Amino acid sequence: MAELIQILISGLAAGSIYALAAVGFTLLWQASQTINFAQGEFVMLPAFFVLVGMGLGLPMWPAIGFSLLLSLLILGVAFKKLVVEPMLPHGTLPLVIATIALGLLMKESVKEFYGATAQPFPAIFPQKVYHFAGASVSAQDIGNLIVSMLAIGGLQLFLNRTRTGRCMQASAQNPAVAEILGVDVKRMVMYTFLINAALATIASVLISPIYLAKFSNGETLGLVAFIAAIVGGFNQIRGALVGGLLIGVIDNLSAVYVSAEYRSAMPLILLIAIILLRPQGLLGTKEGRAV
Amino acid sequence: MIRTLTATAATALTLAAMPAQAELKIGSIIELSGPGAAAGTNFRDGVRMGFEEINAAGGVLGEPVAITEYDSQTDPQVSRAMVQKAIDDGVVAITGTVFSSSTVVNMLVAKQAGIPQFTGSEAPSITAMNNPYIFRTAFGSQKGVPKMARYMAEEMGVKKVAVVWANTEFGKGGHESFLKEAGNYGFEIVADLPTEQAQTDFSADVVKLKGIQADAAFVYLTEEESARFLREARKQGVTLPLVGETTLIGHKVIELAGDAANGAMGHVGLTPDANIPAMTEMVERFKAKFNYTPDHNAIKGYTAAHTLKCVTEMVGEADSQAIADKMHGLTLTVAECPGVLMDVSWDETGEMSRESFFVEVQDGKQVVKAILPPN
Amino acid sequence: MTRTRIILIVLGIAALVAAPIGQGNYIIYTLTSWLLFSISAMGLNLTLGYAGQVSLAQAGFMGIGAYVTALLTLAGVPWIAAALISITSCFAVGLLLGWPALRVQHHFLAFVTLAFNTLLFLVLRNEEEITGGSFGLVGMPRPSVLGIATDSNLNFYYFALACFLISAFVMWWILRSPWGRAFKALRENPIRAESLGLKIRRQTLLAFAIGSAFGGLAGALQSPLVQFIEPGSFALIHSLKLLLMVVVGGAGFFFGPMLGAAVVILLPELLRFTEGYYLIIYSALVIVLMVFSPQGLIGLGQKIWNQFRPRHETRRDMKKGFQL
Repeated sequence: MAELIQILISGLAAGSIYALAAVGFTLLWQASQTINFAQGEFVMLPAFFVLVGMGLGLPMWPAIGFSLLLSLLILGVAFKKLVVEPMLPHGTLPLVIATIALGLLMKESVKEFYGATAQPFPAIFPQKVYHFAGASVSAQDIGNLIVSMLAIGGLQLFLNRTRTGRCMQASAQNPAVAEILGVDVKRMVMYTFLINAALATIASVLISPIYLAKFSNGETLGLVAFIAAIVGGFNQIRGALVGGLLIGVIDNLSAVYVSAEYRSAMPLILLIAIILLRPQGLLGTKEGRAV
Repeated sequence: MIRTLTATAATALTLAAMPAQAELKIGSIIELSGPGAAAGTNFRDGVRMGFEEINAAGGVLGEPVAITEYDSQTDPQVSRAMVQKAIDDGVVAITGTVFSSSTVVNMLVAKQAGIPQFTGSEAPSITAMNNPYIFRTAFGSQKGVPKMARYMAEEMGVKKVAVVWANTEFGKGGHESFLKEAGNYGFEIVADLPTEQAQTDFSADVVKLKGIQADAAFVYLTEEESARFLREARKQGVTLPLVGETTLIGHKVIELAGDAANGAMGHVGLTPDANIPAMTEMVERFKAKFNYTPDHNAIKGYTAAHTLKCVTEMVGEADSQAIADKMHGLTLTVAECPGVLMDVSWDETGEMSRESFFVEVQDGKQVVKAILPPN
Repeated sequence: MTRTRIILIVLGIAALVAAPIGQGNYIIYTLTSWLLFSISAMGLNLTLGYAGQVSLAQAGFMGIGAYVTALLTLAGVPWIAAALISITSCFAVGLLLGWPALRVQHHFLAFVTLAFNTLLFLVLRNEEEITGGSFGLVGMPRPSVLGIATDSNLNFYYFALACFLISAFVMWWILRSPWGRAFKALRENPIRAESLGLKIRRQTLLAFAIGSAFGGLAGALQSPLVQFIEPGSFALIHSLKLLLMVVVGGAGFFFGPMLGAAVVILLPELLRFTEGYYLIIYSALVIVLMVFSPQGLIGLGQKIWNQFRPRHETRRDMKKGFQL
């Protein structure tokens, strides 16, 4: 029993971070039909901005602020203006290729300019461990879970309750109509990219103390975010949230109870099953898109 | 314009007419991209630093050494091409590759061309293939693991043991060697836990480890995974002794895992804390030069460079065949070749042996508990 | 086919025959790698450039081909039989994988193939009794053709060249046949094609399966070329690499994949002077290329060519093919 509780809690803590990445993924898809193959690298990079900031002598929190700023500029504004926007008229494939190349570019740049080995990353939560019912839970786990839930919950509220949020949703669902109704669609899409950059920064700061900062982190994280987004439902934020948590838990459960050698197979099998049985994802809604 | 061109051409011709400047051309084939990049970069920087020091001190046989670096992309197919390229470029010897899956392929090419190759790989199969041109820069796991298993059996009284290993060609080599030794010493394997490379979260693995009754756990993961594993083990309050290789208790791991590394122990071939000043100084110089803590791959690369220098000077000419012949059965002492950092010898298969240490991490430092003789 | 074109192709083949003569082993080996990746990229081009589907498992199909060939030739089966079995199994797996994926939504083949490639890697690594696990398989024999051994790199190059020319011919024939022309119709206007009675799904599925079969042949060549295979060589990242090859060269152009494969394989060499930065430069160039010429290098070449020949109309047929 203690074993199961331990697995569930650790899985949720890890899964909540996957969810952050997955939510950003679905946001971009909704707003601009961008399948961002560099999403993993988006989560890898801000941690290095923090390290660079600290290397310049900033204390931790200002360094995180510095990282957020850089991420908004590079992963938000520059990504949208320089990569996505000029390519939108060409359809999806060139953009897919461009994001694959972008991921490679970010990975290789970090490797060349910062280093190929993993770096320790400062913890934002106290290094405390609580024990209950035989399970050990660190302040880090609880903190990660709370922060990511707050971020996603806040985002959901923003999208549903504020005017800007609703305009963003309208732009994502039907840009033409939104435009006619006087919504500044371009600006709304830009907001989406900024939100994705901010979510990636949060995810990066949360996961790096555990995962360590390394140039290749995006390979694993990107794949997980991708699977989580499809499993949960590619067009719903709550779907991505559930997908992320589910993948975190399933990964741990299968490592303990099924087969450690095939632990990474379980989420993939789930993915295939979902595509076959419920293509819109667990919580997704059907998209009426033509060919 | 035309005058400049003719002048350049003339210079080029003079240069071409002069005898080759560097007599010792070395090909450094390493994993600079792909999954092996961290290990490969360390190895490359070790080789670089070694040869830069050698060149600063007058080179080899009075000639400077020229290293050319080739990226194997951690891909056996590419690594084979790169070794071929280095040989076509006329290198005297090759350093690298680190990943065994690459080395087992490209060593065949070096063998055909008769070029000595100093590999960073630790898989047992490398020296079991009757290749007279392959030489190790660190023990094969079939050499290191028995030393440790013996210590576990005789000094620690271990009977039941759990094995945690990376499910890669690296981890698998250690895993197989350990299972063999477990048979020899009568260990009972109570849990066998493979893990993924680049796994985010080790909680499931540690949960399983906690659920079993064992005297010790043998942990064979790469440096970064070891650090994550140690932290999770500390978090969940694992009390059984964690025993491993350099990759569990090396400096990089201590840097990454912090306090969580305390109490971990294992067998190391080379340690800066073994009262060997040469080693401590090397690590310090490395940190100053490259701005990061070297792992054991960097030390392998560094000693490879110095070994190559000393052997070439012993045979008196930069001749591949002579170097390879000389290496077999050779012992290099620190007195005659300080750059090898510790006395070391190679046998007829290219396997190396050297004294090594059993250490425990205490307060973020390796403390030597026993000196293990060469085997 | 015009006379100039025939002359150009004959010249091209002559160049390929002459290319390795007098070269070192490294160049020959690299040229052979290029032939092999061209075959695989050609297959992916059928899926991607003509049927408009993204497959993220082309490296996986090369893996199936390589492992099937390795296991069979190690067991003494002649290479040609092993290669045919490899090609057929890739075709069959392609059908099995594509059928359910294409049944649902249009872009789901990408997701299913992504999962499949990663699953395949896990199976190859874990089922070590059969596949040798992470230690891989070593020592696959090189085939003999008409009593001539291909053990030397030069002979193997000509062997691979023959396979490459046959594949290119087959691909050309497929695209030229009435059945293959349907691909072009499909790409140019899927809705019209359907109204004319073309079964889009069946057509796309076959394109994907045939494309996969080309991957199988490339794998069947890789086994004897490298004489070592391990699961890591067929991981997802290599599928992405193949995808880049096709698109960088020019998806939907017959010679696009060959150009793309050449760029990816020769690039480290061309950018050697930049030392460690070649991947950074490469990836930046790909992004720039996608911004300015989504039709890849051949598309870019055509654009420039058309600047000088304004009467020639630019091809518009690519516009519809690019849907995930």
